[in-house]
Amino acid sequence: MSEYKNILIYSEASKDTLSSEGKELLGGARKLADSIGEQVLCLIAGKDASSAAAQAIAYGADTVLCVSDGGPDGNREDALCQILEHVVKTYLPRVLLVSQKNVDVATRLGFKLDTGVCTDCVNVEMNAETKQITQTRSVYGGAARGVFTTRNAPQISCVRAKALSPLEYDGSRQGTIEPVQVPIDPGQFRTRTVSEVKEEGTAVKVENASIIVCGGRGLGGPEPFNTVLKNLADALGGVVGSSRPPADNGWVSKALHIGLTGKIVAPSLYVAIAVSGASQHMAGCSGSKTIVAINNDREAAIFRECDYGVVGPYEEVVPALTKKLIELKNQKTA
Amino acid sequence: MPKAIVCVKQVIDPEAPTSTFQIDPAGKRALAPAGSPPVISPYDANALEAALRLKDEQQFEIIVISMGRKLSKPVLQKALACGADQVILLQDESFDLFDSYATASVLAAAIKKIGAYDLILCGRQASDTNAGQVGIGIAALLDLPCITVARSVAFHSGTIQVERRMSDGYETIEASAPAVITADSEIGNLRIAPVKAVMASRKAVLPVWTAGDLGISAGELIRTEFVALSKAESRAGKGVMVQGTTPAEAGESLATVLMDSGMI
Repeated sequence: MSEYKNILIYSEASKDTLSSEGKELLGGARKLADSIGEQVLCLIAGKDASSAAAQAIAYGADTVLCVSDGGPDGNREDALCQILEHVVKTYLPRVLLVSQKNVDVATRLGFKLDTGVCTDCVNVEMNAETKQITQTRSVYGGAARGVFTTRNAPQISCVRAKALSPLEYDGSRQGTIEPVQVPIDPGQFRTRTVSEVKEEGTAVKVENASIIVCGGRGLGGPEPFNTVLKNLADALGGVVGSSRPPADNGWVSKALHIGLTGKIVAPSLYVAIAVSGASQHMAGCSGSKTIVAINNDREAAIFRECDYGVVGPYEEVVPALTKKLIELKNQKTA
Repeated sequence: MPKAIVCVKQVIDPEAPTSTFQIDPAGKRALAPAGSPPVISPYDANALEAALRLKDEQQFEIIVISMGRKLSKPVLQKALACGADQVILLQDESFDLFDSYATASVLAAAIKKIGAYDLILCGRQASDTNAGQVGIGIAALLDLPCITVARSVAFHSGTIQVERRMSDGYETIEASAPAVITADSEIGNLRIAPVKAVMASRKAVLPVWTAGDLGISAGELIRTEFVALSKAESRAGKGVMVQGTTPAEAGESLATVLMDSGMI
């Protein structure tokens, strides 16, 4: 394990911009590396790799490894697995951080390299003495927190979106950019993509929205999402999301599902309507700045975690809320 | 006849009321709440349902395996009642595992012992570890293709076709059998077994394989150290309840509160 050093992160990039998760991972990696006097390496793969490299340095990387050939689109994960394996075996990082989006690739890699992987981490800290990271993750559906260390090297963590904070952009930071060639062997690809269907949804995705109106099982069907909730979201300038049951039942697109196995969101305002507040749902929204809960059941768990709550049937509470909001907004601008 | 092996985990009922959730910090496990019997982990139940739907359409043999230190027979006999052909228990003192590498290794050893198969199905993640690694790990250990988070599974003459969720839509992925598939909840709930089948399943004898039978030493396969377990702190919200003489009035008051707080 002693030959392993430095912190490697993998980031996606589009044109000259790193993914938001990539910036967060760099911020986290910088802290880990600084605490033991080591370096941060950032791997970017794909045709935009070299144009995003400068940004990776500004956000905390010491060395950016650019793999310009990200492999064929239809086998992105297969190719990425080979790229990561090559880079890890070449650079022997002590720690590899990837975003939870890449959990499949990280897990495959961990099993291949015979090392442990911690998925969906909400915090990663360095023990400067042992140079092991302590990884905190939600267990039991978000009802408990577990802390884990990894026995072998590299220590691989998949980090939940928005769990780590990016550094401020600093264009004066210095770093090096290294092009890396990885021979990708299509002979190892085991799956084939037959087709892709993009679902049309709101222009703003829930994970990027600053105001979310979320509906739960208590709405009873698809209709309120398109009327009562949509009207409130429009009045607030936000978007509609859902807890798991409406998405599973096909009332709304699965792309709107917020929770442990759906999207993780942290808007400034989160209005939860007819959502009970199970730990699996709260895992996806508890980072919201303000949570408002409207529920018929005064015993609903969400009332214990919200900032503002109203007990009452949503059919009556929400239209009145929407109407009054529009009125007040108009007064303000008048 | 094509054969599917479904890996199911027995867990504390995740739907049990939050107020009954208790942990043993020293043992680093949640405690089974009194009065709530264990269940099949929900995504594993979805995986079993996916296998049963294949069997609805074509001849299919379904073998269910479950691993644990102490397994409840009635919970797993339910799989037989729902239509599985065989249930094998992997039970050993050393099988109280929270580590994904060790868990996948034990399951892979059992799958090897079963021998021939066309499909291995698992849930996308267990409701206790929430790790989501076991299916991918089994595939890596057995050198098989793996398709995760399936919303539907089709099997035709040795080709497996899976629809899987992406962040903004769906994709259809194909692999040649044998392959590992992990199931998402969109597949649908596990069917309810007919009462007669439940009664009949109670008489079934479930074979038990131990670590010795599998020639495996689970402790040596652990790759992560479980250092500490604590109950999650609930979010520290302000907890202001907005009142009104009618629900509509409460809604209007909420609008005023939100505007006054400068949030909008």
